Amino acid sequence: MKSIINYFKEIFSGLKSLMQGMKVTGHYFTHPKEIITQQYPENRETLKMFERFRGEVVLLHDENNEHKCTGCSACEVACPNGTIEIIPKRIEVEGRKVKAIDQFVYHLQMCTMCGLCIPACPTDAIVMANTFEHAVFDRSKLTKILNKPGSKIMDGIK
Amino acid sequence: MEEVIQDKDLESKEYFINMGPQHPSTHGVLRLVLSLDGEIIRKVEPHLGFIHRSIEKMCEHDVYNQIVHLTDRMDYLSCHINNEAVCLCVEQALQLEIPDRIKVIRTIIGELTRLSSHQLWWGVMGMDLGAITSFLYGFRDREMITDIFEETCGARLTMNYNLPGGLMFDIHPNFQKRTKDFIAHFKKKLPEYDTLLSNNVIFRQRTKGIGYLSKEDAISYGVTGPTARASGFSCDVRKHHPYSGYDKVQFKEILDTEGDCYARYKCRIAEMWESMSIIEQLIDNIPEGPHKVPTKAVIKLPKGEWYQKVETARGEFGVYIISEGQKSPYRLKFRSPGFSNLSALDHMARGCKIADLVAIMSTLDLVIPDIDR
Repeated sequence: MKSIINYFKEIFSGLKSLMQGMKVTGHYFTHPKEIITQQYPENRETLKMFERFRGEVVLLHDENNEHKCTGCSACEVACPNGTIEIIPKRIEVEGRKVKAIDQFVYHLQMCTMCGLCIPACPTDAIVMANTFEHAVFDRSKLTKILNKPGSKIMDGIK
Repeated sequence: MEEVIQDKDLESKEYFINMGPQHPSTHGVLRLVLSLDGEIIRKVEPHLGFIHRSIEKMCEHDVYNQIVHLTDRMDYLSCHINNEAVCLCVEQALQLEIPDRIKVIRTIIGELTRLSSHQLWWGVMGMDLGAITSFLYGFRDREMITDIFEETCGARLTMNYNLPGGLMFDIHPNFQKRTKDFIAHFKKKLPEYDTLLSNNVIFRQRTKGIGYLSKEDAISYGVTGPTARASGFSCDVRKHHPYSGYDKVQFKEILDTEGDCYARYKCRIAEMWESMSIIEQLIDNIPEGPHKVPTKAVIKLPKGEWYQKVETARGEFGVYIISEGQKSPYRLKFRSPGFSNLSALDHMARGCKIADLVAIMSTLDLVIPDIDR
């Protein structure tokens, strides 16, 4: 007799537990304001990433198309994966030959976004941008040249 | 055809089946070769190597600052704690005095990492057993933690926030407020987890008495973390060998004696409450001070050997450095909790059904990159 009572008790307590779970899901079904889903591709205009978010390395340029990179290769040494490749050249400034960058090559496909290159830069020339949509159709497009064509180094940066 | 039917031994024959490497409930690329008798498991043999990246070998060519970010890619769910282990080991070798501020921040973010890992585990555990709803609830609350990480550390998953000698940057001004908001939010939401899954009759029937692991077996297999504590093996590194800020806080080590899947489940849920209480004790008392101790740009360790262990969300994680006095280690060994926990799977799963194996694997909380490295 006792086993039969226990049998029915189990059935009813089991049903009760299921109903309690349904109550939680039912609550959110009837309270759609408590749901925090973001409609991502639609909210592109309003979507703002946090300022520290590490998306990709960019070389900062000002309005005169000038940057701060001296070509010292400190970021190249700090990078664990060989993501940054600096191709230097010699330019003549006031009669002296000075080292400068010819191309600042950035291999996005190898970057792990560890952010070690940023503190390594002595002139704060590079920063991490907030962009995150890196998908492209061809792998070669991920190798970027960060210094803009015709850009030159700012005055007074050594 | 006739021959097959006439084979009377067919029923008693063992046969082999592959579970994985692309099975959704193996949580990654883990291949299990099951030896079955009908539906009953006779033997489980894990085959590893699908995601081996030779991280230990790569570390031998990197300087110590660069090694830290590689540990993000091992146990990606407790990445901050892995980073901390490497940093603590290097600091121990350099005999650096770390200010309290860094220790407290490391502890808070470490506990947030543990919470987010357990939330993901909870969601995935429900999904493995057929309840997709729990996955959505787990990720809802985890989103708040990833927001905190994104604001302070700069990334949601592979944060790389630690450096030997401190932190990459100071905490964000919003950090304390956001963390307090999250604790207040999650204290209300955690009882929902119990209503949805812990008390669910189907879930209970599928986990109670399944995958028993005794205390002796847990010790002999080297199982650590919540998996071992559910069997009664007191192995919390935070309690026995406190590092960072854990000697300043009061918390309970969750122990259970049943050792089945449901005990492991309960253990992790209770750990979430403990993690929240640790964060609550520290969040208002972050001391002032620098966020970084000045070190050389390229750290060179003296000749010698050092070992540092920490408690990740899965168990004891150890870093063993052998240095020859160069800027990169001569040999670096990681003791990952997942690898040892997986070794007990065969013992736990013998005699169970295939469906029970999924429940056992979920409660082991395996992360495959951690096992393969």
